[in-house]
Amino acid sequence: MPTVSVKRDLLFQALGRTYTNEEFDELCFEFGLELDEITSEKEIISKEQGNKKAQGASDVVLYKIDVPANRYDLLCLEGLVRGLQVFKERIKAPVYKRVTPNGEIQKLIITEETAKIRPYAVAAVLRNIKFTKDRYDSFIELQEKLHQNICRKRALVAIGTHDLDTLSGPFTYTAKRPSDIKFKPLNKTKEYTACELMNMYKTDNHLKHYLHIIENKPLYPVIYDSNGVILSMPPIINGNHSKITVNTRNVFIECTGTDFTKAKIVLDVIVTMFSEYCENPFTVEAAEVVFPNGKSYTFPELAYRKEIVRADLINKKVGIRETPENIAKLLTRMHLKSEVIGDGNQIEIEIPPTRADIIHACDIVEDAAIAYGYNNIQLALPKTYTIANQFPLNKLTELLRYDMAAAGFTEALTFALCSQEDIADKLGLDISATKAVHISNPKTAEFQVARTTLLPGLLKTIAANRKMPLPLKLFEISDIVVKDSSRDVGARNHRHLCAVYYNRNPGFEIIHGLLDRIMQLLSVPPREKKGGYVIKASEGPAFFPGRCAEIFARGQSIGKLGVLHPDVITKFELTMPCSSLEINIEPFL
Amino acid sequence: MADGPVAEVLLRQLAAADGGLDSAELAAKLGVEHQAVVGAVKSLQALGEIIEAELRSTKRWELTAEGEEIAQEGSHEARVFHSIPPKGLAQSELMRLPSGKVGFSKAMSNKWIRVDKSAADGPRVFRVADSVEDEVQRRLQLVQGGQAEKLGEKERSELRKRKLLTEVGSWRDRPFKPYNFLAHGVLPDSGHLHPLLKVRTQFRQIFLEMGFTEMPTDNYIESSFWNFDALFQPQQHPARDQHDTFFLRDPAEALQLPADYVQRVKRTHSQGGYGSQGYKYNWKLEEARKTVLRTHTTSASARALYRLAQKKPFTPAKYFSIDRVFRNETLDATHLAEFHQIEGVVADHGLTLGHLMGVLREFFTKLGITQLRFKPAYNPYTEPSMEVFSYHQGLKKWVEVGNSGLFRPEMLLPMGLPENVSVIAWGLSLERPTMIKYGINNIRELVGHKVNLQMVYDSPLCRLDADPGPPRTQGTA
Repeated sequence: MPTVSVKRDLLFQALGRTYTNEEFDELCFEFGLELDEITSEKEIISKEQGNKKAQGASDVVLYKIDVPANRYDLLCLEGLVRGLQVFKERIKAPVYKRVTPNGEIQKLIITEETAKIRPYAVAAVLRNIKFTKDRYDSFIELQEKLHQNICRKRALVAIGTHDLDTLSGPFTYTAKRPSDIKFKPLNKTKEYTACELMNMYKTDNHLKHYLHIIENKPLYPVIYDSNGVILSMPPIINGNHSKITVNTRNVFIECTGTDFTKAKIVLDVIVTMFSEYCENPFTVEAAEVVFPNGKSYTFPELAYRKEIVRADLINKKVGIRETPENIAKLLTRMHLKSEVIGDGNQIEIEIPPTRADIIHACDIVEDAAIAYGYNNIQLALPKTYTIANQFPLNKLTELLRYDMAAAGFTEALTFALCSQEDIADKLGLDISATKAVHISNPKTAEFQVARTTLLPGLLKTIAANRKMPLPLKLFEISDIVVKDSSRDVGARNHRHLCAVYYNRNPGFEIIHGLLDRIMQLLSVPPREKKGGYVIKASEGPAFFPGRCAEIFARGQSIGKLGVLHPDVITKFELTMPCSSLEINIEPFL
Repeated sequence: MADGPVAEVLLRQLAAADGGLDSAELAAKLGVEHQAVVGAVKSLQALGEIIEAELRSTKRWELTAEGEEIAQEGSHEARVFHSIPPKGLAQSELMRLPSGKVGFSKAMSNKWIRVDKSAADGPRVFRVADSVEDEVQRRLQLVQGGQAEKLGEKERSELRKRKLLTEVGSWRDRPFKPYNFLAHGVLPDSGHLHPLLKVRTQFRQIFLEMGFTEMPTDNYIESSFWNFDALFQPQQHPARDQHDTFFLRDPAEALQLPADYVQRVKRTHSQGGYGSQGYKYNWKLEEARKTVLRTHTTSASARALYRLAQKKPFTPAKYFSIDRVFRNETLDATHLAEFHQIEGVVADHGLTLGHLMGVLREFFTKLGITQLRFKPAYNPYTEPSMEVFSYHQGLKKWVEVGNSGLFRPEMLLPMGLPENVSVIAWGLSLERPTMIKYGINNIRELVGHKVNLQMVYDSPLCRLDADPGPPRTQGTA
């Protein structure tokens, strides 16, 4: 969930009133926001870098507000204020207009070289805008928030904003060999080739995260003006030439990306939020984008869509009984201008370009419910009559757990993910013999594979509890995972029961006795035939020679028991003998 | 060490002695109370493997009054034997003798005497042997002489049964050191259930009480299709990032997906449908095929709802599950790469947000949480969505206890569920309420191999609706 940081006093000024922290928290809660933290720049620096560094930092009160991940229209102070003011019926939702300039329309021409790397681009102009320091900061911050969220860290969309007065259209969006791109990047005084830049930014804490998007591509995306000035090399960096400042009056905005829909949404969000400060508020100057196929489109789209939803549907989904007129009012408070039409039960809802999150009637239902107040809805119980059933495997597991504890064993709860070493090397096995599933992106070795046996987890539990009095008697009943090509996902779980006995003596007879007890509990008699169980001398790399037996029950092998090999014990950092038992309990269902 | 001097002497004596020492003898030798020696032995034992001690009990025996008499006069059977003259004695006469009744039957079973029933004046008793050995008298005399140990256990118990011998040293009249009732008892040897799983049991119980059927969740490996796409979670969603989800290298791809359903899901994502605008992007089958460690049990709910949708006509259902899920997240004191998710689902005609809230109220009441409020929220696959907050008495603020909503039509309709069926669902983690309940701050102490077993041993019953606040932690009484 994105967090937006706004200056409290600036927020209250824009809201036209002040709130206590509690009042504002309450307002946020009702609207689906969360006042996450009340802090200041000073406090943040002091927390992160110590009191010394924080000296002289601003102690203006900041509100950190959590915003739902799909509400891009609330990612800046301007949007938050507009949302809350309309919600409280203090203002009406503005109408966003796209205008064609009197003079020549700004043009962005996309060449076909972009097709393989970043094929889409959209653009718009904010004409005669008036920034202040705060507005400017908010403008930059909104771009950052969009980059981190809907733009998927610039992979799907990257935004470039430029001082139009320093440039001359038409603009060309193309892709070139990195060595052929050379320009002065943002906040640098010297020109670099794209290769040099990529190298330089490897150590840049902010930009290094975006390099991978184009790094290994033969051609890099780049935007030029008609004089060959580079506006930006998306999605990495803008040129310094067209850098915007607090004094910039005309802003050219370009968004390039791999997702056309999202690029259009991002552009709509930026211009709807900041056209407020244009000479003609909420008015955006159109730009033309010519695609490689010669087709030309005008942006921003700023599309208003109409939906018709029946009032009784909304009442039925929420569980309220409001008149259509009231529901229309509720929706209007959510920035969805609505009116009752037709037979008097239909509501026509206008979805503004700021509400890209409204894609289905259910989104409209939710907004009606929010405006009604979730906590005003009458609670009811469904009349759904059902008979409960337990999942048989879990039912058996629950029963066995109790009796394992009654047999004097203590339950462990170990991780399903572990290292290859845990399930193979440490047990004297080769990893290829385990049928283990492998994780492709583990952050550490602890998450290389899913366990194929419960034993390593129990042995690690003992190792972490060596100070406890002996003997240690542990068990776990849980799932292991193995590859299985008969399953749709190519792998399956098995429910295992594992127990270990750790003491000065190996205690094979205790583990053996536990097996006898388990079989007694499962009504499996001790005999080889007719559904009984038997153990037969066996061997395994994890066991001491001659101290290992395979367990057969109901005609199939279900696991092994024995005294662990000293190598295994040592590898798990244990010092005393240990015997263990591990069986699959699924045959007993 | 309180028993210092005695313990030291004891050790010296032990070092010199061959084959151990008798504590009672040592006490007598040292001129101290026997208890002082026992105390020294106990405290040396507590230090570990310094000395070995075994409990020996000595028993003393003494004769009962009857025993004394027999030792003196001979056993009843012997006396009967001796009172019979060579020509025999009438049985009726014999029975009148003081030892007659007891002595007669014993002497008979010893085959010392015989009865002639054909005698003219009634049954007559004759000696069989010329002389007899009175074993009973001899044994009693041994006991009298302090040589009871020369008798076998069986012989002694025979005498005891005849009430000729009693065990003495009875502790009935001895003075004892008073008990310290403030001391702890000795805990019984026992096994223990894991606290997190005890809580799991209670949650299962609650769902079962509410009539919810348990969904199968025994598949940690899931395809991206069931984990994300089926839930209408777009393919570029951040949750599907390498940084959040564990993908598999082997097996890297799901082998089968339900083809028709996949087509409907694809269309809904890329073009919309079922009243939806869709996400308008290029939906890729290879992305859906990628296998993952499931990031939520909602994938299992999706499978259950898909199965439900195939059953015609539609039957209402209530489902729940509690099982592990996996996230490739940064780990800290409250976050691990795997945790347990609790999920409840109700599918029926005409369910409302009010119904969801009503079910949540009942559910949380069973957990002992009664003060609830609901906050609008965003989840990719539910709309409307609501976060559930409860007022925490300790923290004096509202804390999030769960997440919930109505599943989106874009998720339900491609499955084939009827249009007027709503599905309400909610979820929460098992770890968080458990940590609060048991007062655990670091999740590693609760889950995984670094668990503190003492904590497991000490953890109380899990009574979600009864326990007042965090319980005692280890070591504190």
